[in-house]
Amino acid sequence: MSDNAVASTGEKAGTTPHEEEVLAELTAPVPEVGDGGPEMVQLLTPEGQRVENVEYDEYVKDLSDEDLRGFYRDLVLIRRVDAEATALQRQGELGIWASLLGQEAAQVGSGRAMRPQDYAFPTYREHGVAWCRGVDPLNLLGLFRGVNHGGWDPNEKNFHLYTIVIGAQTLHATGYAMGIQRDGDVGTGDQDRDAAVIAYFGDGATAQGDVNESFVYAAVNNAPVVFFCQNNQWAISEPNERQTRIPLYQRARGFGFPGVRVDGNDVLAVYAVTQQALNAARSGNGPTFIEAYTYRMGAHTTSDDPTKYRVSAEVEVWKHRDPIERLKSYLVHTQKADQDFFDAVEAEGDELAVTVREGCLNMADPTPDSMFDHIYVEEHPVVEAERKEFAAYHAGFEGEGSH
Amino acid sequence: MGTMTIAKGINNGLRAAMERDPKVVLMGEDIGKLGGVFRVTDGLQKDFGEDRVIDTPLAEAGIVGTAIGMALRGYRPVVEIQFDGFIYPAFDHIVSQVAKMRARSLGKIKLPMVIRIPVGGGIGAVEHHSESNEAYFAHTAGLKVVCCSNAEDAYWMIQQAIESDDPVLFYEPKRRYWDKGEVDESAAPRPLLKAQVVREGTDATLVAYGPMVKTCLQAAEAAAAEGKNLEVIDLRTLSPLDLDTVAASVEKTGRTIVVHEASTFLGLGAEVAAALQQRCFYHLEAPVLRVGGYNLPYPPSKLEEEFLPDLDRVLDAVDRSLAF
Repeated sequence: MSDNAVASTGEKAGTTPHEEEVLAELTAPVPEVGDGGPEMVQLLTPEGQRVENVEYDEYVKDLSDEDLRGFYRDLVLIRRVDAEATALQRQGELGIWASLLGQEAAQVGSGRAMRPQDYAFPTYREHGVAWCRGVDPLNLLGLFRGVNHGGWDPNEKNFHLYTIVIGAQTLHATGYAMGIQRDGDVGTGDQDRDAAVIAYFGDGATAQGDVNESFVYAAVNNAPVVFFCQNNQWAISEPNERQTRIPLYQRARGFGFPGVRVDGNDVLAVYAVTQQALNAARSGNGPTFIEAYTYRMGAHTTSDDPTKYRVSAEVEVWKHRDPIERLKSYLVHTQKADQDFFDAVEAEGDELAVTVREGCLNMADPTPDSMFDHIYVEEHPVVEAERKEFAAYHAGFEGEGSH
Repeated sequence: MGTMTIAKGINNGLRAAMERDPKVVLMGEDIGKLGGVFRVTDGLQKDFGEDRVIDTPLAEAGIVGTAIGMALRGYRPVVEIQFDGFIYPAFDHIVSQVAKMRARSLGKIKLPMVIRIPVGGGIGAVEHHSESNEAYFAHTAGLKVVCCSNAEDAYWMIQQAIESDDPVLFYEPKRRYWDKGEVDESAAPRPLLKAQVVREGTDATLVAYGPMVKTCLQAAEAAAAEGKNLEVIDLRTLSPLDLDTVAASVEKTGRTIVVHEASTFLGLGAEVAAALQQRCFYHLEAPVLRVGGYNLPYPPSKLEEEFLPDLDRVLDAVDRSLAF
């Protein structure tokens, strides 16, 4: 049973709430829900109206209608994969799932701003970035199904393995960027050579020492790294004010590089801001901090129960800022896409969901002795001794039960 | 062939590795112009430049974390942690990332990196400068842990550690940094992951590594004057342990004393003793004894001579073993 179901039906089952409690809930003021403020870069309003922006328009001016429809397709398909994964977890096929619901634009906008030679270091929720890099969604499911800890080759799509320790990957990203510098792949002016790194993390991670150290290291090395923070307002149950006293993007200044807040539910704005930051990094102008102001529409993971710490009125406000609806609205009223297109994407999503579901169900369990593989590159006597011991122990049971 | 200190042996080894492989980079606090607080990297930044000998900010998690990223990009970072007691801010990266990255990728990536740590006490230092924390890392699958005890090993082992495709924690006996020894730079080196019998004997086996090897050799000299013939083994590698070499010796002598500066409680000696009673049960003439630090925070330096194993404590254990 889902945790949400437990909370919504179980908590008050058998008890009659006091009249005052019911009244208090009905008349409670809608909480103040931040809108990112005037400094937030936005190119599409929640209603899908294009807003001019002197600084950032140039980064989207070359996008064709096909590119825009491509963004829409990315957003819808990754949401569909995400929904299917959540369903698979509810049906016991995944141990846990970390949903990206609501954060699609932040991930697709930044993911599509990358060039093939750029490198992404994700947390464990960057399914949309993985999608943009061409990583098979089934690779992501393996980790959550418990058949592996990731297992894909990061260098195949320049998409590092999911990192579960909060913020640790920001240092790996910075070190990788220092390697790019030493390879001379920064500031050559060659579009196919100059490379940058994006480090993904969340608002909760900004409190980690690792993240702050990565800012220091990136700054003093002028490393080609973009720090991409998806501020989804919640670090499991803890709101922004438990993590920070100032808007997160303003922290960058203290470390000596620019910080910018972008509407994380506006795929165009995210694309533009990330383009600018990646260009700066690739051309040798060092790091940028991007705060993508967004919202985690679902639970932290399928094991979480957000009804215990946040009110539904807040979620309702954010529903009106949905990243997919606003792009759809824009595509419709600018006649860049028609109903046939939307229907086709919907159908593609359904097909993809079937593929993901079947792939998940058919995923082979690892063989028991495979747990001794890949601990070391070189042969290790303890590993090999225990592998033999393990095999001998199990061989001792062979034939048992057949007599 | 030449005589040099352990510090110089490591310095020369680093230089040789850097000359051989342009992907070898050094990272650490004060390792550039200063040459490290123990001067182990002396002169290397001058010769290889600031891009390859990197003075890092004072943040150990940052040093190891960025070194991981450099390794992922194809470099072979050699990290210097200034003192043993400063490794803990980087503990998470070493245990959660360095050790596990290869398994996480199902063998698709490797993290060839070396983390150099001056280890142990006996230098009259303030708190956090005299610790022996090798067992933490030897306990962690995915890491290799080695410790040199003399100039020749220092020179070769650092190069072998750098050449290893697995991450290696490289412990350096800090109070022995200035001990001199012969180094034959043209000879074939011993394998990295093998223990070495550094003195042959018949009556009992002393098993040690790092700074305690010298102490055990001195103890063996003193015992010889009393007619006791002790064998001394330098473990050299702590993970994996070369138990074959130890077991062969114990089958000969029947008596073993494991000596290290680290607290005996759950230390390397406990693993060696457990392994020996499994492998050499019928050869043992006495229980395997351990001589090490007491199970307490490293004491103020005025007390460290009382805390650290010395020649007398080793000989006392030898007497107890022989009397059993």
